Amino acid sequence: MKDEYDVVVVGAGPAGAYAAATAASECDVLLIEKRQEIGNPVRCAEGVSKEGLARFLPPQKRWIANNIASARIFSPDGTVLEVSEELAGPEVGYVLERKIFDRDLAKRAAQAGADVAVRTRATGVIRENGFICGVKVRHLGESLEMRAKVVIAADGVESQLARWAGINTTLKPIDLESCAQYLMTNVDLLDDCCDFYLGSEAPGGYAWAFPKGHQIGNIGLGALASKLQSKHPIDYLNAFAERHFPDGQPVELNIGGVPVSNAARKTVADGLMLVGDAARHTDPITGGGIINALEGGRLAGEVAKQAVRVQDPSLKVLKQYEAAWRASFGKKLERNYKIKDIFVNLSDAELNKLIRSLEGLRLEDMSVAGIIKRLISRNPRLLAGVRHLF
Amino acid sequence: MIQVNIEKCGHCGACVSVCPTNSITLIESCLEIADTCTTCETCVTICPVGALVVS
Repeated sequence: MKDEYDVVVVGAGPAGAYAAATAASECDVLLIEKRQEIGNPVRCAEGVSKEGLARFLPPQKRWIANNIASARIFSPDGTVLEVSEELAGPEVGYVLERKIFDRDLAKRAAQAGADVAVRTRATGVIRENGFICGVKVRHLGESLEMRAKVVIAADGVESQLARWAGINTTLKPIDLESCAQYLMTNVDLLDDCCDFYLGSEAPGGYAWAFPKGHQIGNIGLGALASKLQSKHPIDYLNAFAERHFPDGQPVELNIGGVPVSNAARKTVADGLMLVGDAARHTDPITGGGIINALEGGRLAGEVAKQAVRVQDPSLKVLKQYEAAWRASFGKKLERNYKIKDIFVNLSDAELNKLIRSLEGLRLEDMSVAGIIKRLISRNPRLLAGVRHLF
Repeated sequence: MIQVNIEKCGHCGACVSVCPTNSITLIESCLEIADTCTTCETCVTICPVGALVVS
């Protein structure tokens, strides 16, 4: 580890590692991770679209727990909506092994030439003449300063870097899903199907059961933080598991927060770019963040290279990153935030009505937009608030 | 004052993301709460496991 780099990336999740790997093809890059182990503990239900991932990485058996061909959505009264993408072939998604996946991404960064440091926590930014020109870190009990032309903040939901740099990314409870999940054994799940449960078992969110094979699966839920009162997600999870998986036994407990806000209003400053959960790039409806993290990481990595090439890490150059992610997935995030706003306030009776309206249909478009369009056409009144978005 | 029950905390950082005064820092498996905390209790409500309490 040196004390000066072209690019310092803070946080070695998918966004940070992909940004580091991209930038390292031309630049001197440092990727730092505050935890002692990249990828662990997991804070993710591990579902990802196959097509989305293929844009960034060739699939590797070692990080695929399961291939997914279909999904089931359960309404509060147990009505099931089945969705399967017949036309796209038998496999539309994966359940990942994030511990291995994240490590592989960090390895790619290292192989591209980046320095990687674990147990290295950012404690502040170095700011000169209004420019962010490095980070202060604690590394194994030592205080160090890492200077950089460009800093990429990939420090996750708990990002502090942006706030130290003067960008307010504080989430309101209406914009955070508070989540708890067991990796559970002794659960009978369809091995190629992801299950979603709507309703007050997970207020303002949903519960999920994602199979990882051999009677093991991720059984979890996210509840909108503003809907929590005296109970916490762990209490909802225990009730959910007891009801739906009475024989299940946990082998791991994962917890975490997922931003379901609009994207950060500002994702660039002089010398700084925000990516992934730190940029609030998770999908407000599904809570999925991996694909946008990889895309944001790639775009930020490319723009960082350019800034180093032209020796200008100012907002003038870095704002290309903001324009690029907005053009890529920005519109979808905006639309889905508006949809989320309506869906989190539907009652159990309304959710029952929605799912029942599609009962018996076998939907072949697994995308959220596809399902919502069908729901709108059958329930124009109930979903009047989102009709204009399609 | 906010206190952390270390037997419950899973060091996920959800509390850090909602703290309006940026007073919480997650250091590996410890939460550090700075004296800029105004005891607004947002973190207490949103914690996935109920690890934060007002003392």
